[in-house]
Amino acid sequence: MIKAVFPHKDLLGIRNLGRDEIVMILDTAESFKEVSRRPIKKVPSLRGQTVINLFYEPSTRTRTSFEIAAKRLSADAVNISASTSSVVKGETLADTVRNLQAMAPDIVVMRHACAGAAEYVAGIIAAGVVNAGDGAHEHPTQALLDLLTMRQHCGRLEGLRLAIIGDIAHSRVARSNLWACRTLGIHARVCGPPSMMPRDLADFGEVEVCSRPEDAIATADVIMMLRLQLERQGTGLFPSLEEYARRYGLNRERLARAPADAVVMHPGPMNRGVEIAGDVADGRRAVILDQVENGVAVRMAILYLLGGSRS
Amino acid sequence: MKRLLIRGGRLIDPSCGRDEVTDLLLVDGKVAEIGPPAVGAAADREIDATGGWVIPGAIDMHVHLREPGQEYKETIRTGAEAAAAGGFTGVACMANTVPVNDHAAVTRFILERAATAPVRVYPVGAVTRGLAGKQLVDMGEMIDAGVAAFSDDGRTVVDSALLRHAFEYAAVLGRTIICHCQDDRLFGGGVMHEGRVSASLGLPGIPAIAEEVDIDRCIRVAEYVGAPLHIAHVGTRGAVAIIAAAKARGVAVTAEVTPHHLMLDHRAVHDLYYFPEDVHAARNWPRRFNTWTKMSPPLREPEDVVALRRALAEGVIDTVATDHAPHEQNEKEVEFASAPFGVVGLETALPLVLALVREGVLTPARMVDCLSGAPARILGLAGRGSLAPGMDADVTVIDPGCRWVVEPERFRSRARNTPFAGWRVQGRAAYTVVAGEVVYAAAGAS
Ligand SMILES: [Zn+2]
Repeated sequence: MIKAVFPHKDLLGIRNLGRDEIVMILDTAESFKEVSRRPIKKVPSLRGQTVINLFYEPSTRTRTSFEIAAKRLSADAVNISASTSSVVKGETLADTVRNLQAMAPDIVVMRHACAGAAEYVAGIIAAGVVNAGDGAHEHPTQALLDLLTMRQHCGRLEGLRLAIIGDIAHSRVARSNLWACRTLGIHARVCGPPSMMPRDLADFGEVEVCSRPEDAIATADVIMMLRLQLERQGTGLFPSLEEYARRYGLNRERLARAPADAVVMHPGPMNRGVEIAGDVADGRRAVILDQVENGVAVRMAILYLLGGSRS
Repeated sequence: MKRLLIRGGRLIDPSCGRDEVTDLLLVDGKVAEIGPPAVGAAADREIDATGGWVIPGAIDMHVHLREPGQEYKETIRTGAEAAAAGGFTGVACMANTVPVNDHAAVTRFILERAATAPVRVYPVGAVTRGLAGKQLVDMGEMIDAGVAAFSDDGRTVVDSALLRHAFEYAAVLGRTIICHCQDDRLFGGGVMHEGRVSASLGLPGIPAIAEEVDIDRCIRVAEYVGAPLHIAHVGTRGAVAIIAAAKARGVAVTAEVTPHHLMLDHRAVHDLYYFPEDVHAARNWPRRFNTWTKMSPPLREPEDVVALRRALAEGVIDTVATDHAPHEQNEKEVEFASAPFGVVGLETALPLVLALVREGVLTPARMVDCLSGAPARILGLAGRGSLAPGMDADVTVIDPGCRWVVEPERFRSRARNTPFAGWRVQGRAAYTVVAGEVVYAAAGAS
């Protein structure tokens, strides 16, 4: 494979990536998909390199995806979760990552509940930092795997129509995707309960806000349903799960209002019967398992590009 | 007789209608006379204030000195030294110490420590015991011990009936209540202004209405019982409108604004260096999510900055107060959401206010009233805030032309948490004089 040059030490967000950089990552990921389909799913690209997965929030899914990606590149992958590390003893984030730095990792993959945490860590340590989700700020590898899936099913990105439905205000997935839309010329429509809609989306450029999901999906090529965090029940943000499901959930009747070739995505894990009906999630329009497969490929691409850029 | 002559400065004092180049003679801690001294009347010391501005001593009516209890952040001594270096001859320190200044014994302790400090310290007593919002402090006893005003700053008094009674007592006792206005539920877990920047950064927002609805409530309660009140750190254009309307109908409301709310808006959270290149001499600190931009109330929108500046110029807002909030560096070197609110301000306020004069936002006379006359009136400090003969000899001599760069590591304050680090600024205190004594002289001043 021709080694592309990725001009960043870290992957902190989509906001500051250029179009060419995004396309480079997607093209690199495309080539790694082939690796994952081989009987021996391993290439030596990152042999001898150490990838630390530092997760301050539980996320089996994303962590596993990164771990598999690292291993398929022959890197040594170490998992540190908040419950087993010293973070519980009141050590600051800076202390923890300086300790990690002393162990000379090549890449730190990081999940944290605070917006800006990955960027903060990236400023402290020499290792490359991959943001695996920082609060409601960004989740760049999720957006990249979403883009790879969209490109796979729609054949292009520019000019596509994307509808994102759900809790936009608290969603890092929505934010990273909206930055990608701005950079790549994807038309974005968002829809969700008004209590879960940011007050002012002007920074994201031309985003259309729809109050009814039917309007958001009417011309969509891609429908992205966001996970409703169930712990938000009882906070007054929405009346009830039933009301949420009725008004914003994607069921068969509602999906029928979308163009016949629109695909349905979900970042997982799903709340079946809340934001997405079971039969839609399992239906032929859903490309949710493709997203999971593409997730490994995208994360391989990122680790490869960041690891490669320093060796 | 101890005589200090400040010679040849531009004396600006709207309280006695002065703006002229003249001399100022201070004798035994009082202002003796304005004008050239009689021939042969020798002074013990002379200050050459040629090219400088001579104004009544500036008073910062909103600082946190952290002592007792959090001396690792600041002490009365270091805070007072920072004040002197910043040109302030007096500071009013808020009650949220450990223990809270909710009892005469704490007030006496503060004043004891302040006795040897370079500037005057005016303790602000808590409104409620432990700032808990349940039971009023013994206001009369605390006034006897020396508190200048009352405030639960950092919190609002949620119980409106208790707030009413606090206003009633304070008014009878001749003291003002300073209100930190914030609706806690609307504030929620917010860490910055709710708007386009919080939306794009994914940080929990603090809506403008969190302060506005509470300002409205506090004003209405005070108005109902006919008590004076002072609104701390006004941050939004909506708040300005509420205060302007209250003043227009005769409510005894006064208000303050911080230098940071006059200079910065919420874009600083996304990029500390959103200003044009020439504002900064150095850009050595993290650009994004910099915790030096985290304070409560938060930096608001550019439109709010415009409204606050106009309100200060027009007198809707009476004074500039820094809300000097020292924190140890370690406490601020954390993720944005985990950092404590607050920035220091004592050593940067003067050049920032002078910038507003250069920009034509404030006249020099208006600036002087904001810094000196108004806080003295609001706090009821007889003898302060004016250079009329017979007043206390508290004087700030400003060198308005001096250009310098804000270097937090050189602060007298223990703390370094300022969003103005690296700023090129103009103007500083050349001399700070308290009770006729020079308590600070800038390097290079005679
Ligand atoms: Zn306050």
